[in-house]
Amino acid sequence: MTEATTDVPYAIRVSGLSHFYGERQAVRDLDFQIREGEVFALLGPNGGGKTTLFRVLSTLIPCQQGDVKLLGFDLRTQAPEVRRRIGVVFQAPSLDKKLTVAENIRHQAALYGVTGKQLRDRQRAMMEQLGITDRANELTETLSGGLRRRVELAKGMIHQPRLLLLDEPSTGLDPGARADLWQYLVRLRDESGVTIILTTHLLDEAERADRIAILDEGTIVALGQPDELRASIGGDMITIEAEDADALAFAIQQHFSIKAAVVAGRIRLELPEAGTWVATLVEQFSDQIQSVTLAKPTLEDVFIRKTGHRFWHEKEKVA
Amino acid sequence: MTDADGCATATSPWLAAKTLCWREIVRFFRQRNRVIGALGQPILFWLLFGMGLSRSFRMSPDAEGGQSFLEYYFPGTLVLILLFTAIFATISIIEDRREGFLQSVLVAPVPRWSMVLGKVMGGSLIALMQGIVFLLLAAIFQLTIGVQTALLLVLLLFVSALALTSLGFVLAWRMESTQGFHAIMNLLLMPMWLLSGAFFPVPPLDGTIAWSQVALHWCMRINPVTYCVAGVRRLVYDDVALQGIWTPQLETCWLVTGCFAGIMFAAACWIAGKRTTGDLL
Repeated sequence: MTEATTDVPYAIRVSGLSHFYGERQAVRDLDFQIREGEVFALLGPNGGGKTTLFRVLSTLIPCQQGDVKLLGFDLRTQAPEVRRRIGVVFQAPSLDKKLTVAENIRHQAALYGVTGKQLRDRQRAMMEQLGITDRANELTETLSGGLRRRVELAKGMIHQPRLLLLDEPSTGLDPGARADLWQYLVRLRDESGVTIILTTHLLDEAERADRIAILDEGTIVALGQPDELRASIGGDMITIEAEDADALAFAIQQHFSIKAAVVAGRIRLELPEAGTWVATLVEQFSDQIQSVTLAKPTLEDVFIRKTGHRFWHEKEKVA
Repeated sequence: MTDADGCATATSPWLAAKTLCWREIVRFFRQRNRVIGALGQPILFWLLFGMGLSRSFRMSPDAEGGQSFLEYYFPGTLVLILLFTAIFATISIIEDRREGFLQSVLVAPVPRWSMVLGKVMGGSLIALMQGIVFLLLAAIFQLTIGVQTALLLVLLLFVSALALTSLGFVLAWRMESTQGFHAIMNLLLMPMWLLSGAFFPVPPLDGTIAWSQVALHWCMRINPVTYCVAGVRRLVYDDVALQGIWTPQLETCWLVTGCFAGIMFAAACWIAGKRTTGDLL
């Protein structure tokens, strides 16, 4: 039995991680740690590098550059040890459609050396917990998306890993199924102390995590608890729509000596006590302003602040 | 058994291979069109070609045995069944990759060779089962062979199936689409079968023939599938029946087929063992 080489409280330690697909660098020099028992979200737009990071952490692709330790084991030299201890739920369904729910779970268990009574006990408990007991003998091709995701979870958890990696777990799920999924994940963390790492491009999903790393163009642009990140904005958000946003932003800056950024044709102001500013702004520039929105900062605001562009950057370009 | 941090320790490559092999077999029988495709088409070919060509097919005039084309073509059909089944079995790798199933196997704590073994063994056993069904059908045509010969025949078919499934695995592993595999099938696998003495005999080298026949002779002679077909032919028919047909000795057939299977399996393990970004979709 190989001993874990270092430190326990961290489930994951990443330093200097980079990955290239040919010439293109998908992730750049990442450094971060994830504590044991944390729900950690990797949030970012498509192409931000989170899927590459997920693939490296799940041992699907080799670690090219940098140092990664999962549960104390080196990803590069102790991959088999890592693999035995992590559960992976991919975005693309990994179920065999021609097999039943129970068969899928059984085959997965065999890959991890779980057989016999141990398998039967775990399978029964897991299927009950996930509410799929009555589907045991149905072919997975006949199941709905939500049920399939539950079977995926059962597959990923059958060997009782200490770390669960999920790639875009909510994709294709209706709101009810998504709530069920989160209920299960939270219970897993609270009752079994499992560390959960998930990638998502959904801002509201990331809000539910204990901590978030926001990835953009292969780098982490922000990292922290959702509240911390929002608080880093230092006030509330005012968004102004105007016919000539650039001119108005310039005028606001001149007049009030405050910072006004234009993102995607809208003026954005981050201000403490923003409520009182709304009246002042409308009074001063009533002829140019089309609409004003006042809101608490969201994770998207954090993202914009850090990257200078909107979360759905690519979509905007297309539009 | 669990260790200090509650992690199951008894992962076994053999158990993994067994479960993947079993999965192949279960999947096969749940897809009826595959059963029909792999068994039906060769039988249809055998009957149609066998009957249609029987009048134009003639052994050398001095041959005493004088086989009908239906008889001659029988070992070739058997190998064709193995080849078709092997192809279908290995095409499923492309589907496994595309549908995501393969990912979960690739991140499991099992060596790649056990995954290859499971897949190849599953494909080979399916091929063997189909071969046996065809052999039983042949009983209708009064093919009589002893028990010992039958067992040897099953073993030879199994080794041949291993070789062909491993070859299919090597070709399919890096393929992105099943269409690409069909092109390979038409360009490589079918010619390999056609040039194996399955459909027409290897032209003999008696010093009087044209260079094209010599080239054909050597093409067929270096083709490992020729030895699978010839091995079956030697086991099924006696020397009298084989008069006038260039057929390697049985020992040679065993040796070549065994080496073919060993090398192809090793190649499959090697190609699957290389961990690259090509493992992804």
